[in-house]
Amino acid sequence: MTLEARDVWFRYGPRDPWVVRGVSLAVAAGEVVGLHGPSGAGKSTLARLLAGMAAPSRGQVTVDGHPPRPNRRERRPNPVQLVFQHAELAVDPLWKVRATLAETGAPDEVIAALDPELVPPRLLDRFPHEISGGEAQRVTLARALLARPRFLVADEITANLDAITQAGLWHSLLAAVRAEGIGVLAISHDRPLLDAVADRVLDFADLSRGARAGTP
Amino acid sequence: MTALLEIDALGVSFDQYDRGLRRRTVVALSGMDLTAHRGELVALVGASGAGKTLLAHAVLGMLPPNATETGEIRFDGRPLDVPARRALAGREVALLPQSVTFLDPVVPVGRQVRRSAELAGLPDPRGAATAALATRGLGPEVARMHPHQLSGGMVRRVLAAMAMMADPSLVLADEPTPGLPEEAVRAVLADLRRTADEGRAVVLITHELSGALEVADRLVICRGGRTVDEARPADFRGGGPSHPYTRALWRALPANGFGLPEDA
Repeated sequence: MTLEARDVWFRYGPRDPWVVRGVSLAVAAGEVVGLHGPSGAGKSTLARLLAGMAAPSRGQVTVDGHPPRPNRRERRPNPVQLVFQHAELAVDPLWKVRATLAETGAPDEVIAALDPELVPPRLLDRFPHEISGGEAQRVTLARALLARPRFLVADEITANLDAITQAGLWHSLLAAVRAEGIGVLAISHDRPLLDAVADRVLDFADLSRGARAGTP
Repeated sequence: MTALLEIDALGVSFDQYDRGLRRRTVVALSGMDLTAHRGELVALVGASGAGKTLLAHAVLGMLPPNATETGEIRFDGRPLDVPARRALAGREVALLPQSVTFLDPVVPVGRQVRRSAELAGLPDPRGAATAALATRGLGPEVARMHPHQLSGGMVRRVLAAMAMMADPSLVLADEPTPGLPEEAVRAVLADLRRTADEGRAVVLITHELSGALEVADRLVICRGGRTVDEARPADFRGGGPSHPYTRALWRALPANGFGLPEDA
């Protein structure tokens, strides 16, 4: 099982500049790959393309040969789940944590039996504004894992957290993906962080075929 | 020499209405101590929710009306009540706020910088605004732009130009680096260091310990609304700092083992 981008290009409109220029990469099941690059390079756009939240202007993104998208007929969520930098913007502010987690289709008993290291039960009946930034990020990570993904794209998920909270979140994430054989693309501007969590680290600048050329 | 800013056992709690008229008191700060001398850069380091921003807002007299305060805040040796803090805010004491949301999205940045020059009482606000932007490497074309057209690093420089307009003696910088590329982070920290070296007191509020270690003279570590330790960058060499929480923060850095504290 592989998550693969093949010569992926993206721009918002036919006259707009290219944001992603001919990126190719592959993440295998159970592998943690780091993606390092400065802000503004197009890393978050690539994350959205890999998770099927945007369609490439050229090239292809596939999971085992199929585009990453939910299977509505079989009620299966997207096999590629994206976790964002700003957890507080990625949840409905009017939903309690329990409802946010239930959106994945996970039954109540599964939510109640979540690893307390990941989501302590006391958080379940709180609103997003009643929990800390680190707790909110644990909730969005748990939501992604409850969707039983094959791949996780983690886009700067601890950039806004202090060192201890950051280490705790990554320890939880790595334990969960190892247990399930989930492949991870960890995106960050923080090279020491990627060296600590990833099996191998890619440099965004090296991935783009058209990094120097203007157009394909 | 008297410290410019002395915060002594600062406590802040909020009265909230639970359901109906049932009142509850939420203690947010319970014993924050911090001093900053002229020419000194002090970093206030702690997890999010530890009360760092609240401390800055207390110094500026910006706490909401349902807040109750204990302890003392002194400026140049003089205890300050809330009206006195408000009188200093924006003049002697400047806040360098966290993000682009502190700029008005529909007004060109030049006009916003000029407004801060007017508020600072400068004789030639237009000229002062242009000069303040120019000293930070921002030309007249930037003055005509709207905030959304600027990069994160340029926004920081605009906010710094505005904060420094009244030539404050104390600068409170609230999380000035998250989300910026590495070069911009280094530029922001170097700018704060220079601000301190010019004879001002600078308090750098941050959750990023590694950045603070590069520029600060002293670090004040806080956790859960109270300060738990004070250390110097030299204490972080070798085996690391001695206080258990400070050591845990240090060891949790990816480059230092990425470890978790025993009790976490």
